[in-house]
Amino acid sequence: MSRRPVPSRLSRRPLRAFAVAAAFAVSVAACSVTPEGGGAEAPAGGDAAAGGTQKVTLQLQWFVQGQFAGYLAAVDQGFYRDQGLDVEIKEGGVDIVPQTVLAQGQADYAIAWVPKALASREQGAGITDVAQIFQRSGTYQVSFADRGIASPADLRGKKVGNWGFGNEFELFAGMTGAGLTPASDVTLVQQQFDMQALLSGEIDAAQAMSYNEYAQVLEAQNPATGQLYQPSDFTVIDWNDVGTAMLQDAIWANTERLSDPAYQETTTKFIAASIKGWAYCRDNVESCRDIVVKAGSTLGASHQLWQVNEVNKLIWPATGGAGLIDQAAWDRTVQVARTAVNADGQTVLTQDPDAEAFSNEYVQKALDLLKADGVDVVGADYQPIEVTLNPGGA
Amino acid sequence: MGGRWRTASMAVAAFVLLVLAWELAKLVLPADGVSLGGTRVLPRTDDAAMPHVWTVIAQLGRPEVAVPGARPVGLAVAAAALFTLGLALGGLLLGAVLGAVLALVMLRFALVERATLPYVVASQTVPLIAIAPLVVGWGGRIAIGGWVWQPWASVMVISSYLAFFPVAVGMLRGLSSPAKADVELFHAMAASWWTTLRRLRLPASVPHLLPALRLAAAAAVVGAIVAEISTGTRGGIGRLIIEYAQSATGDPSRMYAAILGAAVLGLVAAGAVGLLDVGLRRYRGSVR
Repeated sequence: MSRRPVPSRLSRRPLRAFAVAAAFAVSVAACSVTPEGGGAEAPAGGDAAAGGTQKVTLQLQWFVQGQFAGYLAAVDQGFYRDQGLDVEIKEGGVDIVPQTVLAQGQADYAIAWVPKALASREQGAGITDVAQIFQRSGTYQVSFADRGIASPADLRGKKVGNWGFGNEFELFAGMTGAGLTPASDVTLVQQQFDMQALLSGEIDAAQAMSYNEYAQVLEAQNPATGQLYQPSDFTVIDWNDVGTAMLQDAIWANTERLSDPAYQETTTKFIAASIKGWAYCRDNVESCRDIVVKAGSTLGASHQLWQVNEVNKLIWPATGGAGLIDQAAWDRTVQVARTAVNADGQTVLTQDPDAEAFSNEYVQKALDLLKADGVDVVGADYQPIEVTLNPGGA
Repeated sequence: MGGRWRTASMAVAAFVLLVLAWELAKLVLPADGVSLGGTRVLPRTDDAAMPHVWTVIAQLGRPEVAVPGARPVGLAVAAAALFTLGLALGGLLLGAVLGAVLALVMLRFALVERATLPYVVASQTVPLIAIAPLVVGWGGRIAIGGWVWQPWASVMVISSYLAFFPVAVGMLRGLSSPAKADVELFHAMAASWWTTLRRLRLPASVPHLLPALRLAAAAAVVGAIVAEISTGTRGGIGRLIIEYAQSATGDPSRMYAAILGAAVLGLVAAGAVGLLDVGLRRYRGSVR
């Protein structure tokens, strides 16, 4: 009596489903794990000399937008290909930390702000600044003109918006330099992505990037006039003028791999093609806008044009050549990073970064390469274009 | 059949009611919101914070970017929602399989149940945004039979991380739900563990499994959206919401259009599980 008749009510289907499930589980378990960098596939192999293209991945710190126009242009215009590089650009996200991705070997290069990258470096990420693309800071503190906030000292007693997460140190250094104690002399407010808090008067002064959030307020309608807000409606504190500006977008390379001659060569080529991309965007702002839109950015067209134009101002003119790390600007960044105390009582860095934190070796070679090619890497007579923003940035 | 029509019409009615409530809030509440002692308890209702429903609908027809050849926002939202739906369903499938296998192992080996159940519960208290970068980090090192890990695979895995839990718990409960007398009858007839599983426990688990799958489907959608935002995976609705939110200062209607897409996506996912419900109807309450 070991076998019972099958109750007619019950089908065999659950068994079959289970068999499928089991088969699936087995196939999942059969995954193989590659030792290092499945995505970044040992790129510094050095077979570029043989005429083949070499795969290189670049990790951005945010979504594709005008801020990264130069790299996108270098892909679009074939500047990387001319150097024998096949560059894949990986977009950032809310929780993607580019310098970590780089240090973990999942990208060959990364774009990151200097203070944040140095903080990661202090915690053990082996990364080196090999080209300082943005020579100036793009961070503003924006307020309505009628609030009378023309200098950091005027922030006393005001509601001051800031982004936190390491994006706020220029502001804090500026306030400290003006004799304010940020924790007690102002009301600190954590800011969102958008600028509605400023426009609705919830905060008196808001952090804004010249190339992004500042444009957003100029794309919004002023209910009083029915027109868009005008620059004259606002007062802007520019940290470059205050003297607490910190270096921002730089190309970072993997420190350990820089001892490999093949990777060194790739680094030089990558920097050269990137700077050529930025030079292209300096001379062809509208074309770069189209490249960025084509790359998938959904920000408005006039907003994008504004962004490329503003980013150009952070790069050009570049005394000595684009990408060259200026010792004075570097030292100021480190000094602010070591002394400015944020709302939580933290500084960015607790000690000076070591000598390997930046290197001008590769960017210098890249500049020499470009100069020999006749590329203008200084942009001495650079003039920004005039951009008219449309409602909503459209 | 009449019941289904009623469900559908109720769903539509609920949507209409929601739209009316939204517009009513805009009409009645002060534009600056309501604050109690400095703390805002009701949101601002001006057009910059809560756009009119028709503005949002109109937004669907506008081009995404004002350059020739740009697709309309509606198409972008639909394409993104479809992409995310695919990932969420993949995550649901993966999660359901994992959950089911886990439940079976826990059923078979009581020791495993005692050892792993606390961790299964604990797994859900770990915030998703903490896991997302880890999964992306590990994923970058994996290649399956020559196939290199793609960013969307990370999203699917993160989505399944949320989806497996209700299935594991629900299925375990379902598998252990047959009455003692039934189990003993099988035992008395010398039915093997497998036979008991196939003929008694699996059919009995269906009434527990279906609601668990519904929960899992919702969790998978949430997981996929959050994972997309967190990992920066292009193509999905989560990413689109953040992208549109960036230009929300002047006109937030585009962001709401994307959020609308996410809501529809959730409904479709729930509906897909509802179909499963119909397919497995014969087991509903079959064994108690």
